[in-house]
Amino acid sequence: MENVGMDWAAIQTVVWTLIKILALVVPLMLGVAYLTYAERKIIGWMQVRIGPNRVGFQGLLQPIADAVKLLMKEIIIPSGASRGLFILGPILAIAPALAAWAVIPFTDSLVLANINAGLLYVMAITSMGVYGVIIAGWASNSKYAFLGAMRSAAQIVSYEIAMGFALVGVLMAAQSLNLSDIVHGQSGGLHHWYIWPLFPLFVVYLISGVAETNRAPFDVAEGESEIVAGFHVEYSGMAFAVFFLAEYANMILIAALTTLMFLGGWLSPVTFLPDGIVWWLLKTGFVLFLFLWFRATFPRYRYDQIMRLGWKVFIPITLVWIIVVGGMMQTPYGYLFH
Amino acid sequence: MTYTTAIFYFFAAILVFAGMRVITARNPVHAALYLVLAFFTAAGLWMLLEAEFLAITLVLVYVGAVMVLFLFVVMMLDINLEKLREGFWDYLPLAGFVAVLLVIEMALILGSRHFGLEVMGAPTPHAADYSNTKELGRVLYTEYVYAFELAAVILLLAIVAAIALTLRRRKDSKYIDPAQQVKVKRNDRLRIVKMQSTPKPGTGEGGA
Repeated sequence: MENVGMDWAAIQTVVWTLIKILALVVPLMLGVAYLTYAERKIIGWMQVRIGPNRVGFQGLLQPIADAVKLLMKEIIIPSGASRGLFILGPILAIAPALAAWAVIPFTDSLVLANINAGLLYVMAITSMGVYGVIIAGWASNSKYAFLGAMRSAAQIVSYEIAMGFALVGVLMAAQSLNLSDIVHGQSGGLHHWYIWPLFPLFVVYLISGVAETNRAPFDVAEGESEIVAGFHVEYSGMAFAVFFLAEYANMILIAALTTLMFLGGWLSPVTFLPDGIVWWLLKTGFVLFLFLWFRATFPRYRYDQIMRLGWKVFIPITLVWIIVVGGMMQTPYGYLFH
Repeated sequence: MTYTTAIFYFFAAILVFAGMRVITARNPVHAALYLVLAFFTAAGLWMLLEAEFLAITLVLVYVGAVMVLFLFVVMMLDINLEKLREGFWDYLPLAGFVAVLLVIEMALILGSRHFGLEVMGAPTPHAADYSNTKELGRVLYTEYVYAFELAAVILLLAIVAAIALTLRRRKDSKYIDPAQQVKVKRNDRLRIVKMQSTPKPGTGEGGA
């Protein structure tokens, strides 16, 4: 009897976890859908256009229509492609983009897995995302796809270093790898957020985040005017849509991480207002708006300039600032950096 | 069999399979991808040992960076497998001898006489708030600080040497300094000339 009871408890845990995962992924996918809508609307307004306005009120059903369209389309596998890997590519792109969300806290108590090494986990999982792009590019057996994959691999590996160093600064200030503890370290109002003492790292992190997600102006992996659509040129229908979902889920992830590490997460900017998930959503939305704003503003970077920015500008900046933070912590002014 | 043991055997089976495929896969890119799978599974096994820092670092460094560069190179190379397999049977006796030697050496050291539960003892599970990362950092920067710093300096030396060895200035390259390009201002490239918009007398309005 005792064994049955234990099994029952285990099954309950598994089912409960699955429900929690669903409760996380479904809003995330909706967020992705409406991020594409927001992108088209905002860029439309910035370019003095209207943007989508045909499907539903003010075009609000446009993402749904797009999803249905992509679902109905045929997935074509090129005859020269490496079949298994061709299908594995999109899966490896979306899996890390979703898995990283497991440790992202939304409020004090609203987090799927509050683990000690949360920050390390996020870095490790997001570094896996590049495999989706590389495998897709190689398995397509197409020169454009391959060029896109090579560009993407070089770019992601370069910017990951600067990103990692920026996070080292955060964990020095917070003295913890736990994302909830990092947010708690910023409590006490706007002026306690890590964006102020770690401002250079914040800038580096945000720009590296744009580069990591292959967004304009760093979208050389797609580069539609040079290599058609880069790594996903041979993909159609839902297989293409999965790459799309992964890119936008990654964008929201980077925005959420920026919010948690530099902008105080769910904490309110002023002490007389209560903390809550509303602040989290507002800040993440603002960072996402920056992503869209960049895309509407900047022309695509030239490839050698991307490499120069990553290796010769960002990495030295982060290294110097880590030394500054570490040095200042040994002085009486160390409290400024905590 | 407990849940943890089941997971261990599941991971171990994948690890052994992936390891086998690394050396048997015909396509070098497939072999490299199986190596990625092997690293990832090994990280899972380390996680079972409560070595979360090492496990995550294995994924971060080896899966996230080293293997990406490795794949990068393997994909670029045009590897002729037929040529690589040419001397297989000639080398087999020597390779077999080395393999048997390795197995004997491992059996001598890793046998149950030296690594059995009576000798080593199973590690005691830690409390939930135990941070492997913190403990590792504490040991590295106190007890083993000199060895650690020495290793770091040697690695740095290797990095500098590797870069210095590949660095050569080609005389015929048309290298442009991007720093100068980025600093270009409008006035360096564009000159705005003020001029009269009225047509010259004599050509008239419908002169064209």
